[in-house]
Amino acid sequence: MKIAVCVKRVPDSEARIKIGADGKGIDESGIKFILNPYDEYAVEQALKLKEAAGDGEVVVVSLGTAAVQETIRAALAMGVDRGILLETDAQPLDPLGAAQALAAELRDGGFDLILCGKVAIDDYAHATGTMVAELLGIPSVSAITHLQLADGQGTAEREIEGGVEVVEFTLPAVLTAEKGLNEPRYPALKGIMMAKKKPLDVKPVELDPGGIEVLDLVLPPARQEGRIVGEGADAVPALVEALQSEAKVL
Amino acid sequence: MANILVVLEQRDGTLKRVSHEVLTAGRELADSVGGELHAVVLGPESLSTDGLGVYGADKVFATLDARLELYQPSAYLATVAARVNEGDYDAVLLGATALGKDLGPRVAARLLCPFASDVTAIAHDDGIVVSRPVYAGKAVYRLRISGTPCVITVRPNNFAPAESPRAGAVERVALSRDPVANERTVRVKEPDSAALDVSEAPVVVSGGRGLREPENFTLIEDLAAAFGNAAVGASRAVVDAGWRPHSEQVGQTGKTISPSLYVAVGISGAIQHLAGMRTAKVIVAINRDKDAPIFKVADYGIVGDLFEIVPRLTEEIRKIRGN
Repeated sequence: MKIAVCVKRVPDSEARIKIGADGKGIDESGIKFILNPYDEYAVEQALKLKEAAGDGEVVVVSLGTAAVQETIRAALAMGVDRGILLETDAQPLDPLGAAQALAAELRDGGFDLILCGKVAIDDYAHATGTMVAELLGIPSVSAITHLQLADGQGTAEREIEGGVEVVEFTLPAVLTAEKGLNEPRYPALKGIMMAKKKPLDVKPVELDPGGIEVLDLVLPPARQEGRIVGEGADAVPALVEALQSEAKVL
Repeated sequence: MANILVVLEQRDGTLKRVSHEVLTAGRELADSVGGELHAVVLGPESLSTDGLGVYGADKVFATLDARLELYQPSAYLATVAARVNEGDYDAVLLGATALGKDLGPRVAARLLCPFASDVTAIAHDDGIVVSRPVYAGKAVYRLRISGTPCVITVRPNNFAPAESPRAGAVERVALSRDPVANERTVRVKEPDSAALDVSEAPVVVSGGRGLREPENFTLIEDLAAAFGNAAVGASRAVVDAGWRPHSEQVGQTGKTISPSLYVAVGISGAIQHLAGMRTAKVIVAINRDKDAPIFKVADYGIVGDLFEIVPRLTEEIRKIRGN
């Protein structure tokens, strides 16, 4: 089984976001970057499937600057066989450009399955994997929490509001991973050492700039400062009173 | 003159509230571009399409078929893409729901047009200008979208449905494609209880590590039950510890929510958690540590032992709500 996993380098979820000098992006100084958490579920699923099949290949593909090599190495350290970096300085905000570049790379790769995280925790587009599927003209299921594959057919479950959809599809397909799909492994020291020697192809790409122009990036308005209504259970009546007559939510 | 198209969403033969929100957002945009608002709706024969004009739809294109009980991506994509190709649309709007987050990117990739997801504001100013929270709400982009049509998903619980009566004339459109050509949604597993979803409930009561043991989440469940319209939420720490399912997680790797009331119990308020609930209308925090970051965003706080405070609060809410 040949599986591709699309991954992205993103700021850590604990990072404090500061606006950059141009007012149109973040100030990256002091920010720790990580492999997008949802992509870790995708990588883990690919490795599990390969292990269960007993043979095959798992390839990670990413898009971005040279710094993304570090992110790809993190996936290689988990056990992925090789990496491809589609190198570009400009990452337009419209996810279609990224999806087109990924689809072009994956189209003739002979992959049985393409896995992605359901969303990247930076731009929250929640789109790239699904777009890749549509561009390749193959089935896709987004935000899956459960997967079964057999004989070129698959069944996936995806959480919807107040329920779980059960979706059948045929391979090849694109699936995007939701938290809960699996427990990603931590790379062992041996894996980290081996990752340094695994192949990582760097291919320059130019992305379609798309039709989205950034006017500005701002911090959200601060919430108005609230108040402590009291201490302990004795403060409960004062809280209820405030919710009823002040906030009017009861 | 260009028009606006909205894609509505049904469940079990009833339109979801988010459909009225999207109609409202679409009506405003249609008025500012000086066009009509059209709606596409797919569902089973039993789905009522009456009264959509109330929320501002000039025309409704309804594809009703027994095979559309559930969300079938191939049918939705084919129907929406065909409508866009036949009409003259500046924008296609969908709710940023499980359905909209799946369908929106498909439509944009099919039409090869710009896509903006989960927007919280839409205006027309030399093109369509949207606000999009990113980094789980730690920052907000303002974007100008050039090129038409474009596809936009709209954050639920953000545009209050407003009546703006128009004709709402319904035109039936036959299904143009095998609805399960690519993927087949075979069923929806309903949850064991009738619990509300954390992303849809008007009130969310969330628990964190301060509860000490998973069994103590009954305190949270009881308080939620007392409200009657509340969902149970959870912090990342307790989800990662396996106390609660991921579907309840609020925060950057969980759900970003905007309920009317959010009650955080025993949650210190890590950045990634605050990112997921900071747009709640009213926030209440109960925590023993008076310096916990959650109090910085809370409208009302009680400092102290949650094991004493929460049962008392549950009792008071029960009295008021009669639950």
